[in-house]
Amino acid sequence: MLAYLANRLLLMIPTLLGVAVLIFFMLRVVPGDIVEVKLRGDGGNPSQATVEAERKRLGLDKPIYAQFGDWMVGLAKLDFGKSMWTERPVTEEIGLRLELSLQVALMATVIAILISIPMGTLSALLQNTWIDYFIRIFTIAGLAMPSFWLGMLTIVSLLYFFNWLPPLTYTPIYKDPWNNLAQLFWPALAVGYRYSAIVARMMRSSIIEVLNEDYIRTARAKGVYERLVVVRHAMRNAMLPVITVIGLEFAFLIGGLVVTEQVFNLNGIGRLFVQAVGRNDFTLIQAMVMLTAVVFILSNLVVDLLYAVFDPRIRYR
Amino acid sequence: MTAALAEPRREAAVSPVILSVEDLHVHFATSRGVVRAVEGLSYQVRRGEVLAVVGESGCGKSVSALAIMRLLARPAGRVAGGRIVFDGRDLLTLSEDAMRAVRGREIGMVFQEPMTSLNPVLPIGLQIEEPLRIHLGMNPDQARARAVELLQLVGITDPQRRLDQYPHHFSGGMRQRVMIAIGLACNPKLLIADEPTTALDVTIQAQILELMRDLARRLDVALIIITHNLGIVARYADRVNVMYAARVAEQGTADDIFLNPCHPYTMGLMRSVPRLDRPRGERLETIEGLPPNLLAPPAGCRFAPRCQFKYEACEKEPSLAECGAGHRSACHRAHEFATGRLAPAAIEPLAARAAMAADTAAPLLNVRHLKKFFAVARSGGMFARTIVEVRAVNDISFSIQKGETLGLVGESGCGKTTVGRLILRLETPTGGSIEFDGRDIAEARGDELRRNRRRIQAIFQDPYSSLNPRMTVGQIIAEPLTVYRLAPSARAAKDRVAELLSQVGLFPYMAERYPHEMSGGQRQRVGIARALAMEPSFIVCDEPVSALDVSIQGQIINLLEDLQRRLGLTYLFIAHDLAVVRYISTRVVVMYLGRIMEVADRDTLYGAPLHPYTKALLDAAPVPDPLAERARAPRMLKGEIPSPLSPPTGCVFHTRCPLADDDCRRVVPELREAGSGHQVACIKV
Repeated sequence: MLAYLANRLLLMIPTLLGVAVLIFFMLRVVPGDIVEVKLRGDGGNPSQATVEAERKRLGLDKPIYAQFGDWMVGLAKLDFGKSMWTERPVTEEIGLRLELSLQVALMATVIAILISIPMGTLSALLQNTWIDYFIRIFTIAGLAMPSFWLGMLTIVSLLYFFNWLPPLTYTPIYKDPWNNLAQLFWPALAVGYRYSAIVARMMRSSIIEVLNEDYIRTARAKGVYERLVVVRHAMRNAMLPVITVIGLEFAFLIGGLVVTEQVFNLNGIGRLFVQAVGRNDFTLIQAMVMLTAVVFILSNLVVDLLYAVFDPRIRYR
Repeated sequence: MTAALAEPRREAAVSPVILSVEDLHVHFATSRGVVRAVEGLSYQVRRGEVLAVVGESGCGKSVSALAIMRLLARPAGRVAGGRIVFDGRDLLTLSEDAMRAVRGREIGMVFQEPMTSLNPVLPIGLQIEEPLRIHLGMNPDQARARAVELLQLVGITDPQRRLDQYPHHFSGGMRQRVMIAIGLACNPKLLIADEPTTALDVTIQAQILELMRDLARRLDVALIIITHNLGIVARYADRVNVMYAARVAEQGTADDIFLNPCHPYTMGLMRSVPRLDRPRGERLETIEGLPPNLLAPPAGCRFAPRCQFKYEACEKEPSLAECGAGHRSACHRAHEFATGRLAPAAIEPLAARAAMAADTAAPLLNVRHLKKFFAVARSGGMFARTIVEVRAVNDISFSIQKGETLGLVGESGCGKTTVGRLILRLETPTGGSIEFDGRDIAEARGDELRRNRRRIQAIFQDPYSSLNPRMTVGQIIAEPLTVYRLAPSARAAKDRVAELLSQVGLFPYMAERYPHEMSGGQRQRVGIARALAMEPSFIVCDEPVSALDVSIQGQIINLLEDLQRRLGLTYLFIAHDLAVVRYISTRVVVMYLGRIMEVADRDTLYGAPLHPYTKALLDAAPVPDPLAERARAPRMLKGEIPSPLSPPTGCVFHTRCPLADDDCRRVVPELREAGSGHQVACIKV
């Protein structure tokens, strides 16, 4: 097991290297760089000398392989460099926002699981009854409605019905849990609803499939209580495909919530990403792409490990 | 002798009736209408008695068992009428919770598929303890202790440790033992076993059935065995229900049914199985035609359209009437059969098959020292992988003469299918030669391989999955004609397809159909037509009839023999059913764990086998004759087939062999001559 884990973590290195090469060169293939945006962005017309000087200062005048080499050396030392725009270390720029995005993603996942697992199961068990129809409409609605729209509705209704707005500034949960949750619960709910719709539909079809398996018939033939047949015998088997979906969605939430963050005025990873791309802030973009890759790889790893927890046939050595 | 042996059976007749099924009707709602899956079924089972329910697929035998447990697939299936009285109560009137308390507590059930009937994510222990804790209110320690006891009872060693293991740690036979342990956990009064050994090998089948019968006797449990295997019925059943098209055709004691059958369907069934205990007849008798569609069953006797004895009265529905004490038959002419006034023609023993005698010159196929090893990664990971070699086929040699049928038998994992695939060159041999018509094809590639593909064709086991569901029958058969440019035009291809279809006993208009619109037997005929399209001289038949019902199986075997005679074909016939192999083969090869154990012509192999494995195989296979079965004490092979990942040293069979001693652990026995054309790989005989 430990060997397996070490093995998987080692395998991250070539994958990340591939990502690094791709993003580095793709950014530089596209014409334009941060200096243009910075100096000419607002209609300014700086002299060629100023542009060159700024390029030199940011190290953009070096040959491409030298730039790549510098970046790689930095990465190896876990030094991601400074943002070309704010000149602050990239880690600092990302740090606080990552905390926020991670919390929203985790809360959304918890909310989604709490809603979707019971709903999907209920829907499968009561297949083709009005409860099933209701749940199916509820989930279709979740898929059809963009979460920013749901977010706007949430804010408007909070204001209209309770004359209250969630706090606008972010406080970390360890400083003021109440303020923190009051702000982040609503975006997590809006995102979690959509998320739960996907998972609930997966859960429903998975349970329906598992209930047709021979071992469910065996369990019933043993006189096991129907509730236990579902919870002990069916759900554990049905969880496998559901876990995959949860893992993929979770990874997407880190950095993928651009519009929702806008609606709730959250200073998260998604917004930072858009800003960085708009400003051609190479170092920041590169660092964030690497971060996204790491998140995807790690969540995949967690999914694989959970598989082993749920299914004894899968054992990693 | 018969009377003395029948003694224990009479005893059962006085014990109390535990289950009484009365006029049971089961309906299934489908998109095309209501299927009446069981109609008017009535029978009784007594404690300590073994009742066998026999019939072909779709006759309602499994459905009626599920109806007893009230486990019909909901909402499609429902009991439409009748009573199921178990131990004084009508199960159909019980509340859902009261019924749940009966399941597993008073009625245990063992299902057909041991590989899928246990929950893969729960430990075996939990699955056995579950009913104990639910029904008997045992605490965890008591349940655990009882589970250990149960595993010992069903012959699983080291029970303490094995309780913590998961189903995938157990072989098929072991899983079926676990299923039996679960079924017997709460000391039920009735155990229902639905095809309990169909998925298992012959030697394991014998172990499981002996175990079930012994336990049923010892614990005074009534046992219902649902099966299609008449040999099992003859060996284990006290009473028999023969079902046909949702109804009982005949019921009575095993002796009644086998020695004095009074329904033409029962007679037909018995005459259409190839048998180990009788000389082969000229042709297998078959029941022509197909069972009726239960969506729209014919009026009158349901068997009449296939019956050779039908007369005017058969247009009226026959009732199940006595034709002897406790012996009932649903046939208008039952009394004529009972009194012997009417009987089917005696089976002609085989006169001379010499006409087709193999010519002894050069063999058509000559396999020398053939080997196929597969590399299997035992543990995953990038850097710490150990590769294990599986010797699927390990140094085997045999030859096939032109016009002969060589049978290849063995249990699962013995490498018989790999041999077929090697000859077809779907696999490339690791070593050795395959000489076909004078040329070594083991290394053939490109054009030469394509030429061989034309001459060597295959018929596969599963007619359900080996035909492309999106192609019509005509397209499937015509495909090789176009690929190999055997037909000059589309018109010619179409004519050829029609010709091939009629050659295999189908109608040319069926070319327009899709595989799902045909029955299993018809699909297998399509598979044969496809193989014949290439005009091959040699056909590898890999379990061609094992997925088919008995009456259909006979039709396909006859077809294969007719084609052989007409077209001068040579067959390699791979199968696990010893009786079928005996029927169709001229010579037989017995394989075990990748090696040949014995080769002989048919009569020698079945009449005077030498190798202890061959003997054990023949012993394990039950024959459809209760007298013969009672007269012999089966010498059972102990243990399981070893894993091909770590085969035993020396003789691969020594772990299960009754004759084995220290020498067998060391020496790999050579295949040596033991008579003309009789070879055996054993140092003890």
